[in-house]
Amino acid sequence: MQFGIMSVSDITRDPVTGHTPSEAERIDAIVQIAKKTEEVGLDVFAIGEHHNPPFFSSSPTTLLAHIAALTERLVVTTSTTLITTNDPVRLAEEYAMLQHLSKGRMDLMLGRGNTAPVYPWFGQDIRQGLHLALENYNLLHRLWREDVVDWEGKFRTPLQGFTSTPRPLDDVPPFVWHGSIRTPEIAEQAAYYGNGYFANNIFWPKEHYQRLIEYYRKRFEHYGHGTGKQAIVGLGGQAFIAKSSQDAHAQFRPYFNEAPVYGNGPAMEDFEEMTPLSVGSPQEVIDKTLTFREAFGDYQRQLFLMDHAGLPLKTVLEQLDLLGEHVVPVLRKELEAKRDPEAPANPPSHADLVKAKYGDEAPRQPAPNANRGDNVTGGSPYQDSEAEVTAYPTL
Amino acid sequence: MTTDPYRLVVVSAGVSDPSSTRLLADRVAQSVVNAASESGRKTAVTVIDLRELLPELPAALSTQLLGPRFERAVAALGQADAVIASTPVYKAGASGLFTSFFQVLDNDLLIGKPVILAATAGTARHALVVDEEMRALFAYLRALPVPTSLFASTEDWQDDALATRIDRAAHELVLLMASGFARDVREQSWKRYQHSYGSAGGTELDVDTDTDLMRLAAGGSLLGSKDPFDPRES
Repeated sequence: MQFGIMSVSDITRDPVTGHTPSEAERIDAIVQIAKKTEEVGLDVFAIGEHHNPPFFSSSPTTLLAHIAALTERLVVTTSTTLITTNDPVRLAEEYAMLQHLSKGRMDLMLGRGNTAPVYPWFGQDIRQGLHLALENYNLLHRLWREDVVDWEGKFRTPLQGFTSTPRPLDDVPPFVWHGSIRTPEIAEQAAYYGNGYFANNIFWPKEHYQRLIEYYRKRFEHYGHGTGKQAIVGLGGQAFIAKSSQDAHAQFRPYFNEAPVYGNGPAMEDFEEMTPLSVGSPQEVIDKTLTFREAFGDYQRQLFLMDHAGLPLKTVLEQLDLLGEHVVPVLRKELEAKRDPEAPANPPSHADLVKAKYGDEAPRQPAPNANRGDNVTGGSPYQDSEAEVTAYPTL
Repeated sequence: MTTDPYRLVVVSAGVSDPSSTRLLADRVAQSVVNAASESGRKTAVTVIDLRELLPELPAALSTQLLGPRFERAVAALGQADAVIASTPVYKAGASGLFTSFFQVLDNDLLIGKPVILAATAGTARHALVVDEEMRALFAYLRALPVPTSLFASTEDWQDDALATRIDRAAHELVLLMASGFARDVREQSWKRYQHSYGSAGGTELDVDTDTDLMRLAAGGSLLGSKDPFDPRES
């Protein structure tokens, strides 16, 4: 079971001090938070993608490559990468590059994005968000698996003889999660490809996620990737931890009350009761988190939202200490003890995927053919590619 | 033929105690019970007093989180054979509580269900709110308001004509319940209405895999399929 942190990358005024960090401060802070995530013994750091203030994370692969360079074990990932407004060709290139630089310590989560104005900024139409997400991933999937792609779809310019470079590390594509909270089509796509499915598990009562996760597991089995229990499920969640329940509530309340994500609607106690939010002592956070497994079955990745709502860096780092020292070790032990042996303990790592593809053979290391003088290498771009057409001898 | 009692749900947005809005709703409910009993059917009445849902309303409006009382109200409406919807008129419109409640519900929760629309006000000048505003709301929800709208301003409470209209509306409601329209729509043409996953109060859980989007999700292509958003392709 992997545990980690996910950040939305919001730059929010601290309602207690009144201070709004600059973009520079927040970007420095997020790097410290990611490093701390590894230091306290967690496994994963995830960053969101946004293209409007007050968020800073428009270029997740740049940030994640930097974090990967500063860490040793940490898996870097996204929460989420916009599969709707990004060109799937650019995603194939950027994330393959990240995969090389991080030596495979990465994966990515695809989402549609919920900010309507972003779509027209990138020449798209939000009414077609779901169509875009599905079609774009179909292309991305092929770009990482076929050296030369001919493709035509509804949205993007057609491709003829296109090679996405660099090829994935060891010619093994990054593991992909599909994030969704209410769309069966996304669960269907995750199941069809045997990819992971992630429910952000933040806002709605758990019944909403339960249904989609169940559907994903059923379809994963239908498409022959294994049993429903072997499907790869990830969940979000959010917690604020202090020594005692009273302290946690007192410290978090001003942040909760002013956080835009909570819509200034429900009281914190109601929100705790109706959603996965846990505010309390380490034991209370442990107990609440253990209910996720009961609701959704054995799952492989738990991400906590802790860096948000204007919480100052110092508090976030303290939260990570508490999480790493008092919460996650207990959760690891308890969840491992409860896990059905049929369910995977972890999502597949790069090493697992290499092993699955090559067994004990050495992985493929594509080396390109020489430039023909026209800046392309033609239909057989790599030295080990099948020749596109038979080369007849010349006189 | 089934002899289960009719399930009648009364939604009242009155806020005072006693409330004339609730009083009107109760009189209508009684009249429906009497009319049903004349045709040999019992009626089980459930009242949703929207005042009691007020503490859960902000969360429901801002985050779609339904508290336990809302959940019970949704479950009751989902089971209902007919609804009486009664509200005070404020500032020339149905009360915000009333409108908010129905705006939070899933679009497909009340499809085909017969509804008596009722409103109270301090002046007869609000009389058209029932037909011009409330009827539109229930049309959007694809519910089936009876032809007779009920409106009671101060002077109506002393007028026998109100009782006559109440009985007329109740009779219309019982006829619509007896026709089984809502049930038949659910059984025969439910799929022709738009649903989203988990809508209709959490009951709409079938997933149709025979759609363009589902084929696209399973590695298919949109090429050749119609684009509902492209004006050039109409």
